[in-house]
Amino acid sequence: MTKAFAVIEIVDLYKYYGERRAVGPLSFSIEAGEIVGLLGLNGAGKTTTLRILACDLLPSSGSVRVNGLDVVESPHEVRSLIGYLPDTPPLYGEMTVRAYLHFAARLRGLSKASADKRVPEVLEATSLAEVQDQLIASLSHGYKQRVGIAQAIVHGPKLLVLDEPISGLDPVQIVEMRELLRSLKGEHTILLSSHILSEISETCDRLLVIRDGQIAASGTEAELSAKLLKNQRIEVTVRGDEEKAKEAAGAVPGVVSVEAIDAAESGEGVFALRIESEGDAREAVCRALVTAEIGLLEVRRGERELESVFLELAGAETTGEGAGASPKKKRTGKRSAKKARASAGEGDAGAKDAAAEKEDGSGT
Amino acid sequence: MRNALLVAGREIGSYGRSLLGWAIGAAALLVEGLWFSANGLTGSRMSADVLREFFNGASGVTMIVAVLMSIPLLAGERERGTLVLLNTAPIRDIEIIVGKYLAAFAMITLITLVSVYMPLLIFVNGKVSLGHVAVGYTGILLLGSAALAIGMFTSAVSRSQVMAAILGGLLLAVMVTLWLVAKVTEPPVNGVLSGMALHHQRQFPFMTGVLKLENVVYYVAVTYFFLLAATKTLEARRWR
Repeated sequence: MTKAFAVIEIVDLYKYYGERRAVGPLSFSIEAGEIVGLLGLNGAGKTTTLRILACDLLPSSGSVRVNGLDVVESPHEVRSLIGYLPDTPPLYGEMTVRAYLHFAARLRGLSKASADKRVPEVLEATSLAEVQDQLIASLSHGYKQRVGIAQAIVHGPKLLVLDEPISGLDPVQIVEMRELLRSLKGEHTILLSSHILSEISETCDRLLVIRDGQIAASGTEAELSAKLLKNQRIEVTVRGDEEKAKEAAGAVPGVVSVEAIDAAESGEGVFALRIESEGDAREAVCRALVTAEIGLLEVRRGERELESVFLELAGAETTGEGAGASPKKKRTGKRSAKKARASAGEGDAGAKDAAAEKEDGSGT
Repeated sequence: MRNALLVAGREIGSYGRSLLGWAIGAAALLVEGLWFSANGLTGSRMSADVLREFFNGASGVTMIVAVLMSIPLLAGERERGTLVLLNTAPIRDIEIIVGKYLAAFAMITLITLVSVYMPLLIFVNGKVSLGHVAVGYTGILLLGSAALAIGMFTSAVSRSQVMAAILGGLLLAVMVTLWLVAKVTEPPVNGVLSGMALHHQRQFPFMTGVLKLENVVYYVAVTYFFLLAATKTLEARRWR
């Protein structure tokens, strides 16, 4: 079986802003026709990576090739192969949608005749036909984001690089944007970034989780689930002394964490524990609890969402160090997930850090 | 060149659609009119002196207009986040600079030429040569071109429009007042400084209808130098 052609090939990429390392060592490749999601918290290095790919930023070291062309040696050629949507769409508010797309098409090398033919097609594909004569400044955020994508695809690039294309959209617009991105699959290879897994997991063929400028995990959503959710979680509802129960469960071999959670049922001395273990520890935990004279009311398998694992993996206080790393949960796990969530959260400290970096001209 | 014209076309359209272009044009014509009325049409004067006085005022206004026009060209785009569209397109830095320069220079030319009714008013009660008028306007346009290039350079190095305006104003003021510095320095430095001054020694011959090749070359050289500096700055920033 022949290997598919790599549209993007990044090997040992590093990017420094002064003394600070924003990206690196970073290596990955993307094959033709794939839709790949670059996932990471604010400041993880997503934007820096995408800007380097779009020839907007010079790498400090390493090799970045697009369609076999080196971005440093042949930036002019690479730019004509790429359609790039930065985190803030580069829109001229005083232009109409059609005039803007025509300008973008000509700028990317299309002749006037080709642009005249291509712009209506793109307007149709991005559902912008109804607003084509409106000034961009008068459009809603969702439409502006569509115009941003339209300018990226107007010259029919091989590769689309989209930085947070779904950010700030309302639920209806998110669904529409997902459909739009799916419709572009096949015709284009797409690399898009996000800091929220659920936003892009349905759209992408493969996910790359980036943390501190390095790939922390990669694979399809199913592969990541299988790899990252290696630890099993059970939830037990019991009656008795909480400390004694925790101690008994924690002493079972293979158990990596025990924490109290809200019990589904109420009653005197009733509480619930969430127990995480390497392998299936249900029988051993039950035996230990009964031996410790704790009343066992209910045992059930706990669900772990991939989103929470992603947040732990991408956050600052986890032990996962690679695709194969087991995210062993420590007692601080819940707090770390919360912290990561806060960092990933909308309008948070992490975002402020990233914004500050951008102010500094070094947005990551 | 095709890309430069493409950029120029968009910029001209933008000037036409935005309030800024019209506001600057209207303000420039108003100030020139007031200057002409106050300094050219009062008292009894020779027609040539009236025309010289008009060009003197118009040259100052044109310098300010040129800097104001240049501020948003790069710093404004950087502030709005639209410069990335040009930076990530297969277009050379020189084409971006030349395109924007051509657009702003076209606007300056338009604003300058609209003021032609004022020199023509002199023909009502006096007489001047059309050659004098043509040379005077040539001087103003050359001065405007040089001031525009200076403004584009400061716009290229600045992160914000405010910074670009401050830097542009300062650099222009220095270039204009070099003749004052020349006055308090010894030869041969005074000759060099006086020759480098943007307005005084270089512009006066144009105002009086004298076309000297050395002055034309000077303004073209200043324009070229600062456009080149702007191009190199953009090139360095594009890849930073």
